[in-house]
Formats: sequence, structure tokens, C-alpha cells
Amino acid sequence: MAEKVLMKGNEAIAEAAIRAGCMHYFGYPITPQTEIAAYMAKRMPKIGGVFLQAESEIAAINMVYGVAGTGFRVMTSSSSPGISLKGEGISYLAGADLPALIVNVQRGGPGLGGIQPSQSDYFQATRGLGHGDFHLIVMAPASVQEMADMTAKCFDLSDKYRVPAMILADGTLGQMMEPVVLPEPTEYKPDKPWAVTGTNCERKHNIINSLYLKPEELEKTNFERFERYKAIEENEPLWEEFMMDDAEICVAAFGIAARVSKNAIMAAREKGIKVGMIRPITLWPFPKKPFKAAADKCKAFISVELSMGQMIEDVQLATECKVPVTLCNRAGGMIPSPEEVLEAIERAAGGNK
Amino acid sequence: MATTQILIAGFGGQGVLFAGKCIAYKGLEEGKQLSWLPSYGPEMRGGTANCSVIISDTPVGSPIVSTPDVLTAMNLPSLDKYEDATAKGGKIFVDSSLIDRKVNRTDVDAYYIPATKLANDAGFPTLANMIMMGKMIKEAGFVSMDGMKEALSHVISAKRADMLDINLKAIEIGYNYEG
Repeated sequence: MAEKVLMKGNEAIAEAAIRAGCMHYFGYPITPQTEIAAYMAKRMPKIGGVFLQAESEIAAINMVYGVAGTGFRVMTSSSSPGISLKGEGISYLAGADLPALIVNVQRGGPGLGGIQPSQSDYFQATRGLGHGDFHLIVMAPASVQEMADMTAKCFDLSDKYRVPAMILADGTLGQMMEPVVLPEPTEYKPDKPWAVTGTNCERKHNIINSLYLKPEELEKTNFERFERYKAIEENEPLWEEFMMDDAEICVAAFGIAARVSKNAIMAAREKGIKVGMIRPITLWPFPKKPFKAAADKCKAFISVELSMGQMIEDVQLATECKVPVTLCNRAGGMIPSPEEVLEAIERAAGGNK
Repeated sequence: MATTQILIAGFGGQGVLFAGKCIAYKGLEEGKQLSWLPSYGPEMRGGTANCSVIISDTPVGSPIVSTPDVLTAMNLPSLDKYEDATAKGGKIFVDSSLIDRKVNRTDVDAYYIPATKLANDAGFPTLANMIMMGKMIKEAGFVSMDGMKEALSHVISAKRADMLDINLKAIEIGYNYEG
């Protein structure tokens, strides 16, 4: 087995991206994701890659657009306010069907907010990251190992479907260190017939564009794109089930909230409460199937979030509101403690007896 | 199924994150499950700094230490803030050259180490953190002293290799301190 090393989540993303063949990074510093940029600044020049600190987040995302158009693997990273700035560019990437990786190591908001961890960009990532009808593939790691593994996975899925992908992490996962086994390095050779690579006067120009002035044409691109989204929703949802076999109460949590919830579930189990957890690993596509199935056997759901309650809406939709879904949350950079989650579990267990 | 939740707290510049990192690497070398989580803030020095380290035989759930089994306080605000949170039966390590009060709790074991003074006397005033760490390892036993040099070599960059023996010496001073 490959060697385990100790790394920060942010560094694991950066190293895993390089090992996935990403040789182009554009970004602008912001806490708590700056280690990604710092790592890239150190490594890229040594391996013949490109690290460029742009003059702004907006410039960085448009540089990503440029490289993505040539077919090479490319990424940017930021934290919440910076991701908002990238919104326009991300919509353009989606409209031009360009694969790319965008990392959001979330912090508290709205506005400039704070620098402590948060999950309050869930809506933004899964619904409205920019104007127009589009989705990103959104993955939510819950460990440093997953930060590394999902980086590679995001590049693969993004290339496969020509849909930009996002890693939605938070300040805790970015800053913490855990042992990680890094993926084996791969040399990425683009094989994208649509990319702009120079024609040698032997073929027609490829055009990377998101402007369609004829509504009939624009509608066609939308319908075609949503066919791909449908395939993604069918084939790519990922989730983890934890102690769900006999569970009567189901916790829904992703990322760091799932880590905290695991402690609470273990403590509740010691008290004899039958509780488990479904942890969405892909946030878009949302893993509807396990929630729908759980709604038939669980009497209550608890959505544990570092926000005012955003994923809870997807849980309600997926469970078709058959059973009550309550919220256990902290916001603004605060993290619910295992004790707070345990209390919510005990309330759910007692309230429905 | 042993799990030790460690919280090391002080002010920025004392090396609390570094000491935590050394413990984490030692845990890694011993094949344990672990997590290391720093408090992070805009300040580089002078502000409060702490880090949560969890060393376990089983996978680590939440990486946030809210009820430490082991608390190391390297300044008074840290002791004031985390004393009450410490787990019953836990161990509190106090840098007694910077904190002039005793631990109030009677249901924990308290250890007083004049680490800053010991570090000054030994000629490496910046290594009070490692002296505290030595005492923690001795009394709490979440990692062993064997192979400490190897673990340190991962944390101290090759460029600063001359610091390796000094750090090791500081850990030993703490480990052997009886007082």
C-alpha cells in the first residue's frame, strides 16, 4: 500500500489535482483556502506547470475558461465571497460546456462574513451559482482522504460530461491534517475533439462560446445539456450510509457536519436509540434514492448543517415530506457540537414515541 | 479502543500548533488514527492559538476537541478558557512560569512545569512548547518516546536539521522533569 502522509485538506486537494494531471492553477488568496494557492505556487514551477495569482477572482475564473477551452485540466479555488465573484465566469463555463474544477472552502456569510467554517453556500453550489439554467457536479468531502480522492473524481466526471465540477468543503476540512494516501500520479493527455488546439489548416475551427442570439439554437443547447444532467443524476449520485440497517431516526449531514454527527450517533446508540445517518457525498446530483427508501422505515429525519438550513429542503423533497424533517444547525462560522446533535436526536426519539 | 483528545493552547508564536503537529506525526508513525485541527485566525503572533489533536485506535469522528482529556495551557487566558471544559479525570498541563495560579478543578490531574524558564535556562527560549510536550507524553502516554527523532524529522525541514537534536533535547527535559 502507498505511504500515508500527514497533510492539510487544502494541500491534499492541491497535490491530488497535480497528480490528476492538472498543470494549470489560477486563483486569488482568501482565508481559509490559501494553502491551495500556496502549495500550487511552490509546486507548479518545479513540474513545468502554471501557477498564476490573478488580479482578482473574476480574472482567475476567466483564465480557467481559457485553458479549459484548450482541453487541458485546470482549476481554481476560493472561499465563499470569492466564489460569488466567480459566478459569472462559472456560468460561462457551463454555457460553453467546459470541464474545470472549482474548489470552495466555505466560510461564514453573507457578505464578507467571517473566516470560520460554514456550509452556507449549499444553495449557491447546488442551485444558483450564476445566471441561466445550469448545474455543477458538486462533491462534499468529509475527510482529508476524500479531499484528495474527490479532486481526481471531479476532474474525471467533469471531463466525461463536459460539466464544471465543484468541491464544496469548509474551513475545518481545509485546515485540518489527517493521514492521507495520495492517488498515484497520472499524466493527463487531453483527448477532446471539441477543444481549440490549432487546426493545422486540416479541419474546421472549433469554437468555444456561450453566446447564441437565435433563441431556437440557445434552447437546443439547453435541452441537450439537460440530457447530460439527466445521465449524471441517474449514474453519479454517491452517498454513505452509517448504521442505517435498523435505524428509526435518520440524520442527514455532509462534510464536517457528518463527522460531528457520527460522534452523536455513537453516543445515542449507547443510550439505545436506533439512529443512523445518510451522508450525501455528491450534493448535486443529490442522492434521492437512499432518502426515499429511508422515509419508508424511519419516523424522523434530522438535517445537521452549518447554515440556517439549506440541504434540509433537498431532504424534504427526497423524502416527499412523508416524515418530519427537523433542523439541527449552527451558523456564521460556528459548528454544532456532538452534544447538540445528540439532543436533537433525543428530541426526535422522544417526540414521536 | 483508546481515544485521547488533546487540546494545546497558548498565544501565537509559542509553537502550540507545532507541538500538536509533532504529536500527530508521532501518532502517524505508530499507525494510529488521528486528526490535527488548528484554530486559525487573521493574526500571526500575539493572538490566541490552539490546536485540537485526536489520537485513536479507531477512526476519528469529529476533529474538534470540545472536552479534552489532555489540556496543555501555555498562558493564563487558555487555562481560564478551557479548564472547565476538560474531561473528568483528565490531565491539565500548566506552564507555571507564565501562569501563576493553580488549577481549581479537583477531579483532574494537574501538572505544573516551568517550561518557559526551563527553556531559557537550557539556552533555547523558543522551545517551551517541546518541554510541555515531553511532560504530556510521559504522563498521558498517548504516544511513546521511542522513535521520536524519526517523527520529528518529518516536521522539521531538512534545511533546519540542526534544530532536530535541540528539539529532541527539549522534549527529553520535559519528559524527565519531576516537580
